[in-house]
Amino acid sequence: MEPMKTMKRREAISNSNLLLLIAAVIFVLMYGIAILCYPRSFFQYQTFFDLFSLNAALIIITLGETIVMIGGGIDISIGAVTGLVTMCCAVYLESGNGSIEGSILLALGIGIAFGLMQGFLIAYLEIQPFIITLAGMFLANGLLTTIHKDPLNVTMPHFVRLRDTVIVIPWLGTMNRLGNFIPLEVKPGAIVVVVLIIVLSVFLHWSRFGRNLYAVGGNSQSALMLGINVKRTKFISFVLCGLLSGIAGFVFIMTTGAGNVGNASGFEMKAIAGSIIGGTMLTGGVGNLIGSPIGALTLLTINELIRAAGINSNFQAIASGLLLCLFIVLQSSVLWLRRTGGFKLKGT
Amino acid sequence: MQNVLEMSGICKSFPGVRALHNVSFSLRKGEVHALMGENGAGKSTLIKVITGVYEKDAGQILVDGKAIHFRSPQDAQNFGVGAVYQEIMLCPNLTVAENLFIGRGQHALVNWKQMKEKAAQLLRSLDIPARPTQQLSSCSLAVQQMIAIARAIDMNCRILILDEPTSSLDEEEVQKLFRLMRELKARGVGIIFVTHFLDQVYEISDRITVLRNGEFIGEYEAASLPQFELVSKMMGKALDDVSQIKKEKSASIQRGVPVYEAVGLSSTAGIKPFDFTIHKGEVNGFIGLLGSGRSEAARAIYAADKVIGGEVKVNGKKVKIREPMHAMKLGIGYLPEDRKSDGIIADLSVRENIILALQVLKGFFKPFSRKQAEVFAEEYIKSLSIKTASTSTPVKSLSGGNQQKVIIARWLLTHPEYLILDEPTRGIDVGTKVEIQKLVLKLAREGVSITFISSEIEEMLRTCSRLIVMKDREIAGELSGENMTERDIMHVIAGGGTKS
Amino acid sequence: MNKMKIRNYQAFLPLLVLAILILINLLKGADYFSISIINGALYGNIPNILFGASELVILAIGMTLVTSSSGGQDISVGVAATITSSVFVRVVLNAHEVTLMTVLGAFLVSCLVGIAIGAFNGTLVAIFNVQPMVATLILFTAGRSIAFLIDGRLSPILANRITNQIGSVIPGVPVQTPILLTVVFILLFSILLKITNLKLYAQCVGINQKAARLNGINPVSVKLLTYIILGVCSAVAGFIAVTKAGRHDSVNLLRFIEMDAILAVAIGGNALSGGKFSITGSVIGAYTIEVLNRTLLRLEVGTETIKAFKAVFIIILMIFASPVARGTAAKAAQWIRARFTGIVRLPASKKAEASEGSKADVSVEKEV
Repeated sequence: MEPMKTMKRREAISNSNLLLLIAAVIFVLMYGIAILCYPRSFFQYQTFFDLFSLNAALIIITLGETIVMIGGGIDISIGAVTGLVTMCCAVYLESGNGSIEGSILLALGIGIAFGLMQGFLIAYLEIQPFIITLAGMFLANGLLTTIHKDPLNVTMPHFVRLRDTVIVIPWLGTMNRLGNFIPLEVKPGAIVVVVLIIVLSVFLHWSRFGRNLYAVGGNSQSALMLGINVKRTKFISFVLCGLLSGIAGFVFIMTTGAGNVGNASGFEMKAIAGSIIGGTMLTGGVGNLIGSPIGALTLLTINELIRAAGINSNFQAIASGLLLCLFIVLQSSVLWLRRTGGFKLKGT
Repeated sequence: MQNVLEMSGICKSFPGVRALHNVSFSLRKGEVHALMGENGAGKSTLIKVITGVYEKDAGQILVDGKAIHFRSPQDAQNFGVGAVYQEIMLCPNLTVAENLFIGRGQHALVNWKQMKEKAAQLLRSLDIPARPTQQLSSCSLAVQQMIAIARAIDMNCRILILDEPTSSLDEEEVQKLFRLMRELKARGVGIIFVTHFLDQVYEISDRITVLRNGEFIGEYEAASLPQFELVSKMMGKALDDVSQIKKEKSASIQRGVPVYEAVGLSSTAGIKPFDFTIHKGEVNGFIGLLGSGRSEAARAIYAADKVIGGEVKVNGKKVKIREPMHAMKLGIGYLPEDRKSDGIIADLSVRENIILALQVLKGFFKPFSRKQAEVFAEEYIKSLSIKTASTSTPVKSLSGGNQQKVIIARWLLTHPEYLILDEPTRGIDVGTKVEIQKLVLKLAREGVSITFISSEIEEMLRTCSRLIVMKDREIAGELSGENMTERDIMHVIAGGGTKS
Repeated sequence: MNKMKIRNYQAFLPLLVLAILILINLLKGADYFSISIINGALYGNIPNILFGASELVILAIGMTLVTSSSGGQDISVGVAATITSSVFVRVVLNAHEVTLMTVLGAFLVSCLVGIAIGAFNGTLVAIFNVQPMVATLILFTAGRSIAFLIDGRLSPILANRITNQIGSVIPGVPVQTPILLTVVFILLFSILLKITNLKLYAQCVGINQKAARLNGINPVSVKLLTYIILGVCSAVAGFIAVTKAGRHDSVNLLRFIEMDAILAVAIGGNALSGGKFSITGSVIGAYTIEVLNRTLLRLEVGTETIKAFKAVFIIILMIFASPVARGTAAKAAQWIRARFTGIVRLPASKKAEASEGSKADVSVEKEV
C-alpha cells in the first residue's frame, strides 16, 4: 500500500485542472488587488455577491458555452437566443393573459427549440457548428426585432414582485458609512447560478453523458470506436446549451424587468472569453464548469475595477482584451512547457 | 466446430473504389484466425464492417447462426464484438481507467471508485505499467496499445478483433499478448488477427483467410499452408524477383568519397551523440529494435527534430543543418517513417505532391507553370509506374504503396545526392516492396548515397552494403561484408559488440 | 469532362444559388438588370451590388487564405478595419491640406497598421499555437474601444473632395470608385497567387503541417504571412468603408462583417477546417450574400426581419451542401426509383449469383 501512496502523490495534474488552478489563482490575485486599491467597495460582501446577482445571465450562458466547447463545438447564437427569450417573455407577460409559470415555460421552450434545431443540424447532418450557430444568431436576432422593436417594460404586478425579490442574508452584512448595518441582499438569479453550477458540475463529473462529452471532445473518432454515440452526445450538448440560454433569458428579464433589442447582445463572445480564461480549450476535451464562471467573474471584476477607478469606459474593453491576451499566452506557454518537458502527444 | 461468426457475400464500395466484393469469412469458437492481404486488400474495411463502423452494401453477417446488422461500434460492442485498431483509438485527454470503461455499461451514472478499483485490478492482472488515474496521453504508445487490448479483453467478448496490434509493441510485449490470446482461445473466444508479420501469423494462428484487391482468395489451415505459398497467394504472383536483387546488390558494394559526415550529432528526440559517415553510391542501413533510435538518427541527419549538437560535413565542406530546408539545399532527401502524418499532403493532387520538394527548393517566388508541373508528374508516374487516374487525383485516394511511390518521386525529382528512406516498405504490398528495393539499388549504381531503414532484417540484408546497429538510442556496432548476417546482427543487438 | 465536373463542383452551388436569387429578382420585376446613368456614373441593381459588396469581397479573400493555412477564422477583421480606418482618418484630418498624396500616404499608414494587427494575430496563432478564433477574440473585444481612442471623439467626419470621390464617383469615370478598387484588388491578388507559391504553401500547411515542414516549408512564417495579408485586406476594406460613409463611426463601422466574411468562405465551398481553397468560390460567396441582402430588401421584407430570412437561407444552403444530407437524398432517390420501376429485384438476384460464385472459389482453393 505504501508505494501506491507515493505514486499517487506524484500523479500529474490533468490539463483541465491545471488551467482551472491558473484561472482561480489569477482571479483571487485580481480580487485582492481590487480590495487593496478600493477597499471601501470591494471589501464588502455586497459587491462580491452583486457580481453574481447582476451578471447571472452571463454566467449561465458561460456554463452552456463551456459544455458545448468541451464537446469540441462552439455556439455563437446563445447571446441572441437569450435576447430573444427576454423579449418574448416581456411581450407575453405584457399581453394581459400571461403568467410567470407560462413565461418560464416559454423561455425554456424557445431555448430548447434552438438547441434542438442547431444540435440536429450539427450532430446529425455534420455541418460546421460555427456556421449553423451563426445562422442561429441571425435567426434569433431577426425574430427578436420582428416581434418587438422598442424597449418593453414589464408592468405585470406578479412579475414586478418577483423582479424586486431579494433574499436577505443578515449574517453577511456590512456597515455603511454612517455606521448602520446593512444586511446582504442577493437576487434570486444568483441562487439560480449557484444551483446550476453545482448541478451541472456534478452532472458532468458523475454522469455517463458527462464523461462521454469529454471523450468526444478529446477525440471524436476514438470515442466512436470506444462505443460512444458521438452524434447523440454532441446533440445533447447543444440542446443543453439551448436550455441554458432559455434559463439565462428568464433570469435576465427577472433581473432587469424589461425586454430590449440590445438585451444580452455580445454575450456569446463574453461567454467564450470567460470559458477560455476559465481553462476551456476550443479544441475540445479540456474544460471545467467551475473554471468558466471564475473566468467570467475575472472579466467582470476587471470591468468593475475600471469603473471604480473612474476611467473612460472604453478602457474596460481594452483591459478585457489585455487580460484575455495574458491568459491565452500564459495557457499556451504552460501547455507547451508541459508538452516538451514531460510527455509527447501522438498527432495533436 | 461451431462458427461464432459467419460472413458471406460482403460487398462494400466507396465513391470510386470497390473495397470489398463478395467476401466470405468465418470464425470458429476458440480459434485464432489470421486475416491476411496486402495493403488495400480490404482487411481494414472488412473489420470495420464487422464492428459496425461501415455499413455493408450487400451480404450477410451471422453471429451464432443469427443474422445481425450492426449500425454502430456501440451495437457491435453490446453484442460481444471487441476490437483493437492499428491506430490507437483511445481518448488522450481521459484517464487510463476511463479509457478502459467508457462507452460500456448502461448505467447513467459513473461509479468512480469502483471503476478505479476494477481498472487497477485489470492493469495488474495484465502487468501493464500504468496507473488508473493517470492521463492516457502521459503513457507511452506501447502502453496505450496494451491498454486498448486490455479494454477489449475485459469486455468478455465472444469475438475479438486485433488489427495490427503488435506494430508498436516490442518482442516481450508481443509474447505477453500471445499468452493472453492463447488464454482467451481456451476460454472459447474467437480471435481475428491482422498483421504484416508473417512469423507472428504462423506462431499463433489456426486458420488463415487471404484477401486480395477486395476479393476473397481462400481460407486455409495455417499448418498446411507454407509461408512461401501464403505470400504468393497474397501477391497473386510468384516471388522470383528476390534472387535477382541479390545479384544486383553485389555490384554496388564499392566505396566512393564521403558524401555526408557527422561527428557527435544529437537531437531533442533523445538520440545520443553519434558519428556517421556515408560514401558516394553507398547503401547503408540503420538497424535495431523499435525505439532503438534508428528513426531518430535519420531525423537528426535531416534536422527533422531539433538538432542540439554535432559537426556536419557535406562533400567535405563544414555546414550547419538546422532546418529540413538546409538539408534539402545540400541535396539530402528524407522519406519519413509515417507516411500519413509526415509524408503526403492528403488533399492535394498527385502532381502537387510530386513537385512539392523541388518547388520549395526553387523558391516561393518562382512557381512552376502548370505545364511544367504536368511534365514532371507524368514522367515519374510513368517511370515508377504509379497507379493513379490522373495527375490531378488527390493523393489520398491512392493505395498505400502508390502514395509511397509518390513521395519517392517527390525526392527523385530533386535529384538528391543523399536519400534517407525510413521504412519505405512498411505497410505496402510485397510487389511494390520488391520494386522499391530494386529502385534503391539502381539509384546507388547511379551514384546516389542511400540510408535505408526497415524493421525487416531480411530486407536490410538484401539491400544494404553496410549496417549500423542501433541500441538504446546510440550506435551499438557496425557490420559490413561477410559479417552481415542475421546472427551477427542479433549478436550486436543482444549486447555482444562488433566483431570487426 | 468528368474531371472538370469534379473540380467545378465547389463553385457550382454558390453559382446556382446566385442564379436562383437573380431569377427571383427578375420575377419580381423585369427591370432588374436595367442600368441608368446619373451624373455620368452607372447606377442600378448590378452596380449597387458590386458597390455594396466591395468590402466583403476583399475581406472574404483574406479570410479564405487564413482559413486555409490555419484551419480557423479571424473574427477580428471588422474591428481591424475599424482601427486601420481610424488611423487613416486621423492622418487625413491632421493634414493641413488634403491632397491625393496625403490620402495615399494616410492609406499606406493604415496598411502598416493593418500589417501590425495581422502580425499580432498571426504571432499568437503561428508561434503560440492559439486557435485562431480565440487569438482574434482579443482584438474583437478591445478593438472598437482602441479605434475610439484613436478617433479621440465620436464619429469624426471626412469632408473633403478626394475621399468623397473615392467613396462614390470620380467625375468622368462611369463606374463607382469602390467597384474599381475592388477589381484592382482582385487583380493584384490573382497576380500575387500567380507569381508566388502562396496557394501551394498555405494549402500544404493547412492540410499537413508536419509534412510541410519536412519538405522545407516553414509553417510559422506561412501562417504569419497569411495573417499579415489579411491585415492588409482589412486596411483596404476599412479604407473603402470609411470613404463610402464619409465619417468614422467606431461603433458601427463594418459591424458583424466578420461573420459575413466567414459565411462567404463557407458558401464558396471551402472547408472551415482549412486545407484546399478556392478564392473564386469565396468571391462568389461574398457577392451571393450581398445579392441575398438586396433581394430581401427588394421583396419588401422588413429590415427587422431580414436577418431571420437570411438565417433560414443559410441553413437551407448548408443542408444542401452537407455531404450527409446529399448522401441521404441519393439513397432516398434510389429507393424511390427502385420502388417505382421494379429494379429492386435485379440486385438481389445478382447477389445470390455472386455468392454462389464465391463459394465455388473456396472449394477450388481448398482442393489446391
